[in-house]
Amino acid sequence: MSHRLAQGGRLIDRNAPRKFTFNGKHMTGFAGDTLAASLLANGQTLLGRSFKYHRPRGVVAAGAEEPNALVGLGKGDRFEPNQRATTTELFDGLVAESQNHWPSLDFDVLALNNLVPQFLTAGFYYKTFLQPRAFWKHVYEPIIRRSAGLGKAPSEKARDPDRYEQIYGFCDVLVIGGGIAGLQAALTAAQSGARVALWEQTAHWGGRAPVDGVEIDGKPADDWVKATVETLEAMENVQLRLRCMGAGVHDHGYVLGYERLTDHAPESDAPRHRLWRMRAGQIITATGAIERPLSFAGNDIPGVMLASAMRDYVVNYAVAPGRDVVVVTNNDDAYRTAIALRKAGVGVQAVVDARAEATGALPEAARAHGIRVLTGKGIRKVKGGKRVTGVEICRIDSKGTAHTDVFSCDAVAMSGGWSPVVHLWSHCGGKLTWDEAGSYFRPDPDRPPLGNDGKGFVRVCGSADGEMGAVLANAHEAGKNASEAAGFKTKNMKPAQDAAAPEAPMEPVWMMPRKAEYDLRMKMWLDFQNDVKVSDIQLAAREGYQSVEHAKRYTTLGMATDQGKLSNINGLAVLSDALGQPIPATGTTTFRPPYTPISIGAIAGEARGPIFQPLRRSPLHDWHAANGADWEPVGQWRRPYTYRRAGETRDQAVNREVKNARENVALLDASTLGKILVSGPDAGRFMDMLYTNMMSNLKPGKCRYGLMCNENGFLMDDGVVARLDEQSFLVHTTSGGADHVHGWMEDWLQCEWWDWKVHTVNLTEQFAQIAVVGPKARTLLERLGGMDLSPETLPFMAWADGQIGGFDTRVFRISFSGELSFEIAVPASQGRAFWDRLTAEGADMGIMPYGTEALHILRAEKGFIMIGDETDGTVIPQDLGLNWAISKKKTDFLGKRGMEREAMIDPMRWKLVGLETLDGSVLPHGALAVRPGKNANGQAITEGRVTSTYFSATLGRGIAMGLVERGPERMGEEITFAGDGDKHIKARIVDPVVYDKEGAKQNV
Amino acid sequence: MLLLTCPCCGVTAEETEFAPGGEAHLKRFGPGSADEDYESYMFNRKNPRGVHFERWRHAYGCGKWFLAARDTVMLEVFGTYPAQTTEPPAEIVEKIKARRPDWEGYA
Repeated sequence: MSHRLAQGGRLIDRNAPRKFTFNGKHMTGFAGDTLAASLLANGQTLLGRSFKYHRPRGVVAAGAEEPNALVGLGKGDRFEPNQRATTTELFDGLVAESQNHWPSLDFDVLALNNLVPQFLTAGFYYKTFLQPRAFWKHVYEPIIRRSAGLGKAPSEKARDPDRYEQIYGFCDVLVIGGGIAGLQAALTAAQSGARVALWEQTAHWGGRAPVDGVEIDGKPADDWVKATVETLEAMENVQLRLRCMGAGVHDHGYVLGYERLTDHAPESDAPRHRLWRMRAGQIITATGAIERPLSFAGNDIPGVMLASAMRDYVVNYAVAPGRDVVVVTNNDDAYRTAIALRKAGVGVQAVVDARAEATGALPEAARAHGIRVLTGKGIRKVKGGKRVTGVEICRIDSKGTAHTDVFSCDAVAMSGGWSPVVHLWSHCGGKLTWDEAGSYFRPDPDRPPLGNDGKGFVRVCGSADGEMGAVLANAHEAGKNASEAAGFKTKNMKPAQDAAAPEAPMEPVWMMPRKAEYDLRMKMWLDFQNDVKVSDIQLAAREGYQSVEHAKRYTTLGMATDQGKLSNINGLAVLSDALGQPIPATGTTTFRPPYTPISIGAIAGEARGPIFQPLRRSPLHDWHAANGADWEPVGQWRRPYTYRRAGETRDQAVNREVKNARENVALLDASTLGKILVSGPDAGRFMDMLYTNMMSNLKPGKCRYGLMCNENGFLMDDGVVARLDEQSFLVHTTSGGADHVHGWMEDWLQCEWWDWKVHTVNLTEQFAQIAVVGPKARTLLERLGGMDLSPETLPFMAWADGQIGGFDTRVFRISFSGELSFEIAVPASQGRAFWDRLTAEGADMGIMPYGTEALHILRAEKGFIMIGDETDGTVIPQDLGLNWAISKKKTDFLGKRGMEREAMIDPMRWKLVGLETLDGSVLPHGALAVRPGKNANGQAITEGRVTSTYFSATLGRGIAMGLVERGPERMGEEITFAGDGDKHIKARIVDPVVYDKEGAKQNV
Repeated sequence: MLLLTCPCCGVTAEETEFAPGGEAHLKRFGPGSADEDYESYMFNRKNPRGVHFERWRHAYGCGKWFLAARDTVMLEVFGTYPAQTTEPPAEIVEKIKARRPDWEGYA
């Protein structure tokens, strides 16, 4: 059983105990522990159940590559699933629970899956559930959803109370990885004067070197690490970050860093995570290497660990993985583990080495420690259920039918060699090359990711570069080259000398034993997290999945939270073997950011709640808020949908506002309407291109409604244009369309007609615009006194500048309601004062504001279209009966060519009509008109749809507009709309204008 | 995230400061044009793997449109130049040829 050793532990503080719980059980660890280390110290080797088979699983690794030891952390609003116990620093009060088991971790009913593993082989989802179809939904899916998967999602009601932030950073050289290679690279670069940032994902500098017994300049690596960090900390041009992972390398030197500020100190009120958005001139990845597991039967049983991880637990945390260990390897490095275990007083039964002989310095040192070494052997199978009880050994080149030795043990250390961490190099297009000697992919320095100048901007050093021995010279070189590429001169300095014991070559072993029989192969796990076995990959290859990307998706190898950090190379090797081709011919799957999962909170940063996006406020926003505004988002604006009074429902408020506008006097805040000034000698010519109708012949002082289309001929925006003078027009756009229309104008002016003399300015926010609407509108305005507003001086569709009540105003006689209406623009700063004056003067007249819903109903009663309701990006003006607004004289305007296409002149197009339900009810939004019969696909045949539908308080019944096939030709016809479920609603095709057809009320 | 230099104001900034506008050097075909010409103007884009000419607007800067010559695979930016031109400037073409000898040239 795993346990804490009486002595040692370079990272823990035995004087600082930390209490935590695992599945409700109280446990104690030490400051400096990871959760995985303290669980092992408490004898907890079983940490979870596997994805498909619910097999017992324990810790395999000691770092970011861990596939198994995933736990749910925290409670309630702070609960997070799938957190790696190996990268979770222990703190007082930590709460962890295991995942994917039912009913309990120790007794899991679904482990029955394990008894029929052939049921869940590669591609089983695709094969098993083909027939009968109904079984998928009602039988298979519920079972699979219950049994497969990792952690539970947090409650939908949970609201993360923690804070997250993002920060932009800039540096000349960014070094990712704070092992000795990263430290050396940073030191060399920093001494050139370059601004250097150094990130390390763990809480400690130095990486593996201190654990592996590396000596630097003749002293323990820890001494050099400490001195180097102190030197770097003293330099003003260097920024050091612990607990900061290089998550992704993106285009042109943009790097995301994931800094876990307070995961280890939850009592702090600092942000929990910080996302660095770093712009680096040059990047050095010193991300180290990850040890590979070996594929032998039962390699997933709790107690089987990576040899290097076992060494980490012993040296860093004084945690022994068991009392008796068997080490199995194909290389010299694993002997370090055997020696470390022996030095710590842990029993080492044997080192089982697949190579024919092991005579290097490390194996000899192991022998000198009295450790038995078996060569030419491998593990036939691991014995045990929830934990290792022993191993059977066989000849490496056999089928594994018989064992040669048996050891009783409670832990197995395995080492299949090392793979450089090439993720960051690869994210942005860096290519790899296969290293035959080490059996790994390493970065190809001739094919780096390119910056905007076409030069490589990423360098790799240390074991990430495939340097598995001494690394400091290589790291110094990277630091020198990077700072020179960033434009700095490096001093003539020499790096420190690191020395480690020399190692004999490793020998690849992709399956143990090499000719293993099927029943062994189907117990050899490649991907622990996704329950993918050697037999699954072989099956996929037999079934024709030759591309590595296809095989990955078919078998799920390398998916989920660990993204195959342990399994990729082993899986590739098995696939290559099954396909009879060398590994480089198979290639790797694509490495995509982030390196390990990062929190959604960090991605969102501060952009949540009220500051999720910028909010635009009209000059009257505060008045609306204080007067019952029921807000509606319109683009980035907030507009009042209606103003509710005490005791009113929304509908009652809307109906009141509609009736008041029709019968009395009402105010609308129209400030959000786009206002763009188009001026210059060629302004008229330009306006004629923008609009479908003629604008150049509009007289100063007059207004005209116009339509804008894109080059497809589809309606894009509409609004009223006022001609200010010979050379300038004021363009009104929809509230949501102002920025787009302004951009559209600039696009044509800058990129197509760049010789035209036209200037555009978006004035939207410069003016408050208030519509004074209703039969008593003029009476109210005349009370305020000022300019002549009589119909003779200011007729319908005219505008004039002047003063009203002492305010500087521009008055447009335009109406979107069908009533007498004055749209009055005043400088934005005076908007509130003018509005207050209007409401005060009109108080005895019963003046009241109306919101966007009343605005919609008023316009719908008049049959006026609304961009986004009657249009959806596929509607041309002709569909809406707006042919009168399309010039026949103009030889060209934007969209004219598009409208000439065959489909646009098809007589069967859906066209705008009014719709009147036979029972007076309100049609559902977006309802489809259906006619009897089915189309070729067995679907209902549609012949139209509802585009606007409201209850009209004016008429006391539902009104609607819609697009219907040949609609205008079918006046009076009854058609059927599909409602909820099987409900059908009959409606008659009518004129869309249901109020004041002749326009008498607006023209007074 | 790309780094681009606006040729109008001279600022080198991140992609988020710019808005992309699709393929550059399209010739507009208006009323009376043949269906094929209009179709190619509206819909047929080169979408190459490699050298490409693109429209960008310095949307959160000076507001000007400009054009960029860029490698869509290796992300190298060969240069940016004003939008008021119907074909890539000679010096940009020369630079691309030097960097990409296999390039078939601007057509």
